[in-house]
Amino acid sequence: MTTYLFYFLSFLAIMFALMVVLSKNPIHSVLYLVLTFFAIAGHYVLLNAQFLAAVHIIVYAGAIMVLFLFVIMLLNLNKETEPHKSLWLKGMAAVASGSLLVVLVGSLKNAGQMQAAAPYNGSIGLIENLGQTLFHEFLLPFEVASILLLGAMVGAVMLGKKSIK
Amino acid sequence: MQISINWYLLLSAVLFTIGVLGVLFRRNAIIIFMSIELMLNAVNLLLVAFSSYLSDSKGQVFVFFIMAVAAAEVAVGLAILMSVYRNSKSTDINSLNKLKG
Repeated sequence: MTTYLFYFLSFLAIMFALMVVLSKNPIHSVLYLVLTFFAIAGHYVLLNAQFLAAVHIIVYAGAIMVLFLFVIMLLNLNKETEPHKSLWLKGMAAVASGSLLVVLVGSLKNAGQMQAAAPYNGSIGLIENLGQTLFHEFLLPFEVASILLLGAMVGAVMLGKKSIK
Repeated sequence: MQISINWYLLLSAVLFTIGVLGVLFRRNAIIIFMSIELMLNAVNLLLVAFSSYLSDSKGQVFVFFIMAVAAAEVAVGLAILMSVYRNSKSTDINSLNKLKG
């Protein structure tokens, strides 16, 4: 059952990710990317990371993709204004990324079989364990992340202003 | 854990490659941004898979930090794109060749 769910979610994720790249209309790309994120959130649930799945949906599908959607609608991008590369460049892009995939898969094929941790702990994805790790071992990076977000906010406001006096 | 970690490695490699394909394939800067998000998510998925596989919650905490960095990157990147659009009236990356001299 879990295996079939894994295959189904993987199929959905790869399908929608390809549609993000290949669809002509930028709005459709955004919507397909949201669907890709939902498939990845399904993978997180499958991996016993329930809290991360919820955060993933809230942050990515709820915040980041809405930001993308706003910008695309604000700039009024649609199928007609969409620039396209020449067919030759598109072919070369496909060849280049195909070779990258071949190299990655080839190197992963020789990777040894890894053994799972002996006493499998299914509760590490719960909020209690994550909070313990985050606020004990990663307290300094957590605080630095808040400074990063503040800097990004100030930078976005500065860049978004019409003119800086 | 019924699913081998190798399947997650393969899935992440494929998703990452689709992200690379998107960066090379498209000329619209916003689509290129979305492809970068796709690549970040491929890495996130692999981190969660390994964290769950090794019963170690550090991997999932790293995913939180990647999400924070991705959110900051998108906010600044989209603001830059807005100002580029205001100057050149398009988000085509081929029009961004003013530094060529």
